[in-house]
Amino acid sequence: MDKLMNRSEDIGAFVPMPDDDMIVCRCEEITKGEIRRAVHDGFRSLTEIKRVLRNGMGLCQGQTCSRLVRSIVARELGVRPSDLPMTTSRAPARPVEMSVYAKEVK
Amino acid sequence: MRIQEHPILGTYDKGQLVEFTLDGKTMTGYEGEPIAAALRAAGILQHRHTRKTGEARGVFCAIGRCTDCVMVVDGVPNIRTCITPLQAGMKVQTQYGVGPKEDAE
Amino acid sequence: MKRYELIVIGAGPAGLSAAIEGAKAGMNVIVFDENARPGGQLFKQIHKFFGSKEHKAKIRGFRIGQMLLKEAEEAGVTVCLNATVLGIFPEKRVTVRYSDHIEQFSGDNIIVATGAAENMVLFDGWTKPGVIGAGAAQTMMNLHGIQPGQKILMVGSGNVGLVVSYQLLQAGCEVVALIDAAPRVGGYGVHAAKVARYGVPFLMRHTIVRAEGKDQVEGAVIAEVDAKFQPIPGTEKHLDIDTICLAVGLSPMSQVLRMSGCEIEDTPGGLVPKTNAYGETTIPGLFAAGDVAGIEEASSAMIGGRIAGLAAAHRAGYLEEETFKQQAQAARDSLTQLRQGMFAKENRGRTDLTKTEEGYALSKNLLAKGFVAEEELKAFPSANAVVSGVHPVIECTQNIPCNPCQDACKFGCIMVGRQITNIPQIDREKKCTGCGMCVASCSGQAIFLVNDDFEETRSTVTLAYEFLPYPEKGQTGIALNRSGEPVCEAEVISLRKSAATDGTALLTIAVPKEYSMKARAFKLNGGTD
Repeated sequence: MDKLMNRSEDIGAFVPMPDDDMIVCRCEEITKGEIRRAVHDGFRSLTEIKRVLRNGMGLCQGQTCSRLVRSIVARELGVRPSDLPMTTSRAPARPVEMSVYAKEVK
Repeated sequence: MRIQEHPILGTYDKGQLVEFTLDGKTMTGYEGEPIAAALRAAGILQHRHTRKTGEARGVFCAIGRCTDCVMVVDGVPNIRTCITPLQAGMKVQTQYGVGPKEDAE
Repeated sequence: MKRYELIVIGAGPAGLSAAIEGAKAGMNVIVFDENARPGGQLFKQIHKFFGSKEHKAKIRGFRIGQMLLKEAEEAGVTVCLNATVLGIFPEKRVTVRYSDHIEQFSGDNIIVATGAAENMVLFDGWTKPGVIGAGAAQTMMNLHGIQPGQKILMVGSGNVGLVVSYQLLQAGCEVVALIDAAPRVGGYGVHAAKVARYGVPFLMRHTIVRAEGKDQVEGAVIAEVDAKFQPIPGTEKHLDIDTICLAVGLSPMSQVLRMSGCEIEDTPGGLVPKTNAYGETTIPGLFAAGDVAGIEEASSAMIGGRIAGLAAAHRAGYLEEETFKQQAQAARDSLTQLRQGMFAKENRGRTDLTKTEEGYALSKNLLAKGFVAEEELKAFPSANAVVSGVHPVIECTQNIPCNPCQDACKFGCIMVGRQITNIPQIDREKKCTGCGMCVASCSGQAIFLVNDDFEETRSTVTLAYEFLPYPEKGQTGIALNRSGEPVCEAEVISLRKSAATDGTALLTIAVPKEYSMKARAFKLNGGTD
């Protein structure tokens, strides 16, 4: 974890790849290239990357892409996917309109 | 294509055959089946175009999780057509970004 | 805030089973499920389940679903549908969304049985309409009667990919190919063989490179992969397909557990809660059961649910220590039976297995191409025809947890023994009457009846047949071998159907004598291709 968050550690320059245009997060339309670029821009935890790119924050709430994003970031950092802590799981587990959330029946 | 008879399941319990519209065009489907099922039976795969790149999307998970099949239904956008039952007279529209075409930029 | 002694999240096989045990013990129980129908994925499972009688083996998944719903109703379980649990909060509070509002509940015990979500693979064009999950294909054809496509590429050779491929054939679709980047078929060999004998090519060490088509899938490009699973340049092949079906594994849907604050383990199989033997997490009274506690299959999920339900009832004081221990132990013994054999957790991914537990050489062809080669079957005594008259030929070559064939034969002809992962043995002393109940009871459709004394020049082969239209007596067709290649002409001698075979027709065909050990599938002339 400490090593991961050491932003001064050189992980090499961003090298464009032929599949950088491929969408990883279907909901927010975030590409593999954007995720890889974010790592090289210094965002090294999945939480940071999610906050800066919005991957996993769309309607499906990361259900489809979270594993995929983790493996892409891990490869970029040269670590195992399990070395990267997953993002925090928070309520609501499913997307809810604010009008519904505001209407609590006791 | 609809499966008329299945070797294990026999025939499927379906509601009444009803009319609805897709982008103004009259279509038919069975009442109570998911809107997406009626569309797939009619050969329609494209449900929406995304906000950023405009690429086409359709049914992916079919159980209401992935939200890729959302369309504008009776004026309300982001309706998951794979789990929303079809009703007679429904106005279904292809979704562009977060609304129907006339709203798209 | 309404308080319940037991809140169950998810009305699938695990959740319903948990709720049933809780309610039977006397707890007041509520089950929340975000879907419009209860039963989880059970109602999409139209194949016969494995296991033994106590695991409801040889009963089709959707029928098990119906049984479970009936049992839940009789036990007085309340199932709230279209009720989405949004979160679990301290003091075991649960927030639930009903149509236009939210409500809070508190549970003395909570059992999370939220199941799993499908994994995905990335490839060029994977977001195009026409690329679907295997679960989506099942939902469309088995719940709604819609073919998900006409020409399908299946990606993934685990049990889900194999079972759904077979179901696609039953729905009248063509499965153009089944590919997997792994070198070996991942699921049960018998599931693979069912698909291979109807001509579906298995392309192992292949990956999907791209989905073709502008706005929807109009084709696919696949390629061979190297040892690092990278496509080998120059091996690309175009496939003429309209639908790509992804069956590349499942992950526990553990979001609500993760937010509850219980300890979570990061495993290769996904994020799962740390639990004790009864499924209780590190938060007392918060349990996990079924796929959310670790991916298995529906039969195990049902037992896991029962164990958690019993433990919750015990914790709430509804079950005496002694009764609880006894019932939980019985359930765990039942679970252990399912968790043995080649596909047990500890054997998963092993590539060094060369022999069955009986010492028979495992089929290599089965793992590479989806069917057992005729030569390889010689190693299996039950798969050989060494007696005259009608008799069973059992092409069951892996140690999988299943034994309905043993119960099916009223004459004691077939023996599996105590350990249900044993390969069935045939007692040649016992007389086979040709009733075919073993053929119909085999969830893997691996049992055939062969009669080499049918006529001077022809033998009969009886096989399980689950496609429409049903062939009629006197019609002719083509017999296919284990890899789906046409081998000879075949005449329909009889087609038997009864309530006892539950949709599986027993088709007896006559073929030239030399083909009785080759013909393993049948297609009507001029029927579906």
